[in-house]
Amino acid sequence: MDSQPYSHDPVAIKIMIAGGFGVGKTTMVGAVSEIKPLRTEAALTEKSEGVDDTGHVRGKTTTTVAMDFGRITMREGLSIYLFGTPGQDRFWFMWDELAHGALGAVVLADTRRLAECFASIDYFEGRGLPFIVAVNCFDGARRHSTEAIRTALDLDPRVPIVLCDARSRESAKEALITLVGHVLDGVGSRA
Amino acid sequence: MDEPAWADEDAGPIVRPYALTGGRTRDDLGGRLDLLDLVETTGEEPERKADLGPEHLRIRRLTAEPLSVAEVAADLDLPLDVVRVLLGDLLRHGLVRLRKPASVSRLTDARLLKEVIDGLSAL
Repeated sequence: MDSQPYSHDPVAIKIMIAGGFGVGKTTMVGAVSEIKPLRTEAALTEKSEGVDDTGHVRGKTTTTVAMDFGRITMREGLSIYLFGTPGQDRFWFMWDELAHGALGAVVLADTRRLAECFASIDYFEGRGLPFIVAVNCFDGARRHSTEAIRTALDLDPRVPIVLCDARSRESAKEALITLVGHVLDGVGSRA
Repeated sequence: MDEPAWADEDAGPIVRPYALTGGRTRDDLGGRLDLLDLVETTGEEPERKADLGPEHLRIRRLTAEPLSVAEVAADLDLPLDVVRVLLGDLLRHGLVRLRKPASVSRLTDARLLKEVIDGLSAL
């Protein structure tokens, strides 16, 4: 393949925004970057290995997965790419591609439906990918202390939890900064 | 009464986006195209026999400046795997080149991560 050597290789940072369906992933990606939908066609029968109920797709073996995708350009040659993970369980196969080479993940949680983020947390723990939990404080959502949430999620004490408003640019920035800081702590602890 | 099926299971999956790729669902690159690989148009002019479609040419226009595979797919509003096949065609004819960006993982250097934190703070 034609690949020229470059003196300054561009650096790409991939961050996943995960969490249950409807928890605010699209909103968070859109709060810090331009957002574009990214589609992929998925072969359900090959990839989901019988765990799916494909009855509702009328016997067809493919479906479209849409993800939210955003880019933040830090400077020439340094960009952050944000990928909102597909929310439904049957699209897990896509997570492996997204997680490949990723720096880490922000798991968005909604305290009214905390169980929806269990699967994301299991996934990142299992892969050993650094993540933080960002609790999206919707209007009217009951406020819980981060320690109560940590207990409810049975979360490692080293995993940061932040309270956020996914609509707010500042809040979404803070979540990303917390994640990168968490990754940095890991780099430091190995040194 | 049920309509007679015009194509049954034996016909295989019928997915319209793949009409753009002549039915090919895989690129011939052995799955080497990462979401974040950067695509850039080369200066080469396509030969007639390259048999390019309008989507190929759109990719060429989009990637006058390097653009990630993910962004090419999003901008074209085409499924990722379709775009991978089209990119495989363009690569084969020497019409685009790929750059693999350094991906930053946990093992990366602290200096770069600090730069990212500063950059995010300044947004």
